Amino acid sequence: MASDTSKRSSYFLISPMALIFAVFLVIPLLTIVVVSFWDYDEYRILPDFIFENYKYLLGSSVTWSIYLNTLKYAVLTWFFTLIIGFTVAYFLAFHVRSLTWQIVFFMLCTIPFWTSNIIRMISWIPFLGRNGLLNSALINLGIVDQPLEFLLFSDFAVVLADVHLYALFMVVPIFNSMMRIDRSLVEAARDAGASGFETLKSIIVPLSKPGIAIGSIFVITVVMGDFITVRLMSGGQSASVGLQISNEIGLLQYPAAAASAVVLLITVLLIVTALLRLVDIRKEL
Amino acid sequence: MTIEKKISDTNLETDTGVSRRGFVKGAAAVTGAAIGSGAITGFPTIWAQNIKDVTLRQFGTGVSNINAIAEKCKEDLGINLQMTALDSDAVAQRAVTQPNSFDIADIEYWICKKVFPAGTMQPMDTSKLKNYDAISKLFITGKLTPDSEIAQGTAPHTVGFVEGMDSTTFASEPTNWMTLIPTIYNADTLGIRPDLIDREINSWADLLDPAFKGKASILNIPSIGIMDAAMVCEAMGEVTYGDKGNMTQEEIDKTIAVMIDAKKAGQFRAFWKSFDESVNLMASGEVVIQSMWSPAVAAVRSKGIACKYQPLKEGYRAWGGGIGLAKHLSGLELDAAYEYIDWYLSGWVGAYLNRQGYYSAAPETAKKYMSENEWGYWMEGEAAKEDILSPEGKVMEKAGAVRDGGSYEERMGSVACWNSVMDENKHMVRKWNEFIAA
Repeated sequence: MASDTSKRSSYFLISPMALIFAVFLVIPLLTIVVVSFWDYDEYRILPDFIFENYKYLLGSSVTWSIYLNTLKYAVLTWFFTLIIGFTVAYFLAFHVRSLTWQIVFFMLCTIPFWTSNIIRMISWIPFLGRNGLLNSALINLGIVDQPLEFLLFSDFAVVLADVHLYALFMVVPIFNSMMRIDRSLVEAARDAGASGFETLKSIIVPLSKPGIAIGSIFVITVVMGDFITVRLMSGGQSASVGLQISNEIGLLQYPAAAASAVVLLITVLLIVTALLRLVDIRKEL
Repeated sequence: MTIEKKISDTNLETDTGVSRRGFVKGAAAVTGAAIGSGAITGFPTIWAQNIKDVTLRQFGTGVSNINAIAEKCKEDLGINLQMTALDSDAVAQRAVTQPNSFDIADIEYWICKKVFPAGTMQPMDTSKLKNYDAISKLFITGKLTPDSEIAQGTAPHTVGFVEGMDSTTFASEPTNWMTLIPTIYNADTLGIRPDLIDREINSWADLLDPAFKGKASILNIPSIGIMDAAMVCEAMGEVTYGDKGNMTQEEIDKTIAVMIDAKKAGQFRAFWKSFDESVNLMASGEVVIQSMWSPAVAAVRSKGIACKYQPLKEGYRAWGGGIGLAKHLSGLELDAAYEYIDWYLSGWVGAYLNRQGYYSAAPETAKKYMSENEWGYWMEGEAAKEDILSPEGKVMEKAGAVRDGGSYEERMGSVACWNSVMDENKHMVRKWNEFIAA
């Protein structure tokens, strides 16, 4: 039973963490919220309490199309990273038997992460370009006679780069969940006559759910806030919420950027809440 | 994380260590050490007798933040220059929000219009500058020659002076108090790949010619991009402007509508934001016609790829930059800053900038530092008699080449509009965002 003393000592023990959160998370966030109600002109931000920033943001058709676009990237990236992440994790967890080889393959997955993600992204540009490696190869092989223009500076390129960048965020938590699955359950299923697919459907997928949920949260939050991938891979032709915020900051429109950030934060929090409704991560861990 | 960030972190630092000379000079040794290490900012000037070994922190848009200039400055004046290159948005931001982080701001005139009223800079007393009279009249009266017309936009002379020492109100006439000493400027136009385009390009309207569908680009810096867009719309006859540098909401809306239509029709391959992007788009053949900056054209050419800085009949979009003093400068550092600025105008730097394809603000002083051949090629529009070398000594143009656009008078004389910041800036940026999101 928790006595008063132990209660007090547990408050004491969490206080450093609480302090760190307060200083580095709560206060900055509150500042953003406060600034989002301020006014601004070309070179100054003016303390005020106006709703103009939100009114413009929520009333503008641009915002809606930007959000739609960002959600499109998030959903597509989520879908492909999930398929790839699940497959890779499944292979690592159930097909690679020895721990040594699991570690070796896992290391292989992380090798691309040894370079900066900007480098990994930019390296797609010469590969996919009009006169890039892929188009040259396709033309030389006689598969197409005109270079494929959609490969670069398009939604395709953005999603491709996002999937490439973030697939590992899906692999790791799913792999982690899968490693916790009791192997005797799989054996029992097989003994009971379940096919491979049935085992997958009734045992592995349900028990990997926490990993899937965590991976999904990682991928969706990162893609929702991303701006550099969208800017570089779409050739500046598409917008995302992050890019909009970055542009506003660049133009010293801090209050507008703050309002955008608050709306984005609320959107992402809603998505995360919905995901957590689907899977009770705390229970499953 | 971002590319811009990467660029801004490129600290073009010069020698900030303790200089040997500083130590040898017995009396000033301690002083030299302390200042040389960059540790002192804004101390009272106990050492006012020695201007040498002062460190000045300059930041700006990379264009003129050149290490060679810092080295030469150290050699000629003994002043240490610590240079930081940022993109133009970051420059404006830092000048307003971190007034103590710099001593010298190297900014463009349209940024000056935004930044100077914030009160983080101080005007310069022109009577303290020996080379003031050498400054091109373009920056004093707005007229290159007495009978030339003043271009639209934020023409440098309109924000070049303030009413008094402590004023932040721009003066309509030249006064004794200058906001920025002009350093560098140029006239921008469209860059093309003549090897991939088989017809004559002579108008801004050609940017939206359907013949170049999927092969055109425009720069995505709203305040500059909108000007290029306006040049295009005006040339097409789609929109007429009172002042392209200060459009009305209606003019902005119409301009953006034209651009959105073009974007939806697939006219653009990409939009670019940084110098390198524009070079890569052009060099890789993704784009054959785009808004471009002069050194970017040179960079494409230096790869052995044909690229032309095409003069257009409607004229150029010009930009200019200058250096100004931080508000907090005083005493010894202020003296050093004046010394440095005067030196900047005295010719060596001007010649260096001219050789890069920019223009010096004091052409006559620069002439002394250039060979006849160089002056002829860069400034007079004459065919090069021998190879033209870059400041670093690389061959830029072979003998016989003529500069695109011709002479200084031809190019700077046909400026249609200066880079600017509009009264309807907020509206413009919103509309520009619509264009990007469309």
